[in-house]
Amino acid sequence: MRDGNTPPALRCAAAVTVLGIAAVFGFVTVYALPVLLSGQGLAVLSWRWLPAAGQFGILPMVCGSVLLACSALLLGWPLALCLCGWMHGLGPARPARGLRQLVHGMAAVPTVVYGFVSVFLLVPLVRQTGQGSGLCWLSAALVLALLVLPTMVVIMDAALREQGRSLRLAGAALGLSPAQVFAHVMLPGARRWLITAGVFGFGRAVGDTLIPLMLAGNAPGVPASPFDALRTLTAHMALVMSTDAGSTAYHSLFAAGILLLAVSAGVSLAVRRLRGSGQDALPDAEWRP
Amino acid sequence: MRRLRAVLSLVMILVFGLAAASAVAAPLDAFAPQSGLAGSLDIAGGTAHIPVMKEAAKRIMTVNPALRISVAGGGSGVGVQQVGEGLVGIGNTGRPLTEAEVQKYGLVSFPFAIDGVAVVVSPANPVTGLTGKQVADIFAGTVTNWKDVGGKDAPITLYTREDGSGTREVFVEKALKKGPQAATANVVNSNGAMKTAIAQDPNSIGYVGIGHLGESIKGLHFDGMVPTQENAASGAYTVTRKLYMNTRGAPQGLAKAFIDYVFSPEGQEITKASGYIPLGR
Repeated sequence: MRDGNTPPALRCAAAVTVLGIAAVFGFVTVYALPVLLSGQGLAVLSWRWLPAAGQFGILPMVCGSVLLACSALLLGWPLALCLCGWMHGLGPARPARGLRQLVHGMAAVPTVVYGFVSVFLLVPLVRQTGQGSGLCWLSAALVLALLVLPTMVVIMDAALREQGRSLRLAGAALGLSPAQVFAHVMLPGARRWLITAGVFGFGRAVGDTLIPLMLAGNAPGVPASPFDALRTLTAHMALVMSTDAGSTAYHSLFAAGILLLAVSAGVSLAVRRLRGSGQDALPDAEWRP
Repeated sequence: MRRLRAVLSLVMILVFGLAAASAVAAPLDAFAPQSGLAGSLDIAGGTAHIPVMKEAAKRIMTVNPALRISVAGGGSGVGVQQVGEGLVGIGNTGRPLTEAEVQKYGLVSFPFAIDGVAVVVSPANPVTGLTGKQVADIFAGTVTNWKDVGGKDAPITLYTREDGSGTREVFVEKALKKGPQAATANVVNSNGAMKTAIAQDPNSIGYVGIGHLGESIKGLHFDGMVPTQENAASGAYTVTRKLYMNTRGAPQGLAKAFIDYVFSPEGQEITKASGYIPLGR
């Protein structure tokens, strides 16, 4: 942009994008502020959601979003790391290639397919454990982990491949096995990218609507066990929006919206930071035999 | 001879074609561009009405794109207030108007459908009927095992609809008598999702609009009343309410044409497809 040779069309596109994002922030803030600033502000930031009784607390939903996204990440991130290890020297080459294609293919499956299949296959299995309806935190976390897996694998894979090219031969020359190269050289070097993948995965998990809506049960409370239902902010918005317009419950959604927007903006900024500082962190700088 | 046959078949095609066209399009003819109707119509109020209103509006605007019909929710209270103050042309309510409302605004009511709600369980559940008290206790969370209401020894899983749902409104008002509801109930956001959930879960209990009863779920007798369309229409089943369209004074122009369309055979089909029992004028 600085060199002055940017085509006008590109500048236009950039301006439209920036304006669009600014407008989203502006509108949500403008609509949410009256709710937060008026007497309802405290009502929104409470633990009880009972619109019939005039209580519009969205904290259980905030809690649900955070719990679900963290648990999905806890399940999905290690799995993504294992898959990447398999692809980068820990597993035989041919299945590794197949695995990579499979994971890329998974990224193309629409969310609703995961949700629908899970309602008929996973939920009855979870129900058979004898604890509740099967529509619960656990079911949603398992499927959400699967959903965010490709995102994380693609990011990790790209970083590791970049490093592996130069390091594998050098490592072999030093007498290290592929597993040793992976564990002691490539992983430390790609540390920032591994974290970036996690942050991206979190952003995806916290923003997903359909999986929690279809699988988490949506009871507006804080779950006491993985077999209890929970309601995320996204599912909450979808539920209230589906039939209501213009009531206090509806307006409280803007407060939920601004919280979600803050989270996703935070995630983007975090990713930016990590990337910015990650570029010059070459593997040899962290080389510890 | 051949010529005669050709002419005859042409005539027949024309006759049948015209007959078919007029039979199919009749109720919507009132909205055709040459009908002289113009302008816009705003509709607001009861949420249960929305599917019917939206489908009717869509079909009308397809016939005559110059017409603008907007449909919003807000609840029965909003419907009365907005139509009374002239903010919208038609205000929908899921309850009859009170004497005070009719007097204050001079409103005219058009009941066009019956919305009945049935308590449902999985077909695998041996329970065939519950009393109102039992249903209220189950949904309040005080009865938590099927054996306490004559079923097998299994925990009850509750399913409810989201706040603002018209089906939920009828259920809470007419079946639970506005009693308390357990916060641990699973929440689904449509009659279809409720059906899937109940059919899948052998220990479940939930409720759907009577029009959505089918093979995959079992409608329970409620206080001995059998949930069927006929019983809801005759008054033998009482977990029901009527859906009303209301106008300020006698409806005119587009609002009148819209109400006429909802009462036409085609409009009644839409009402039925939305899960309600259509009423004649």
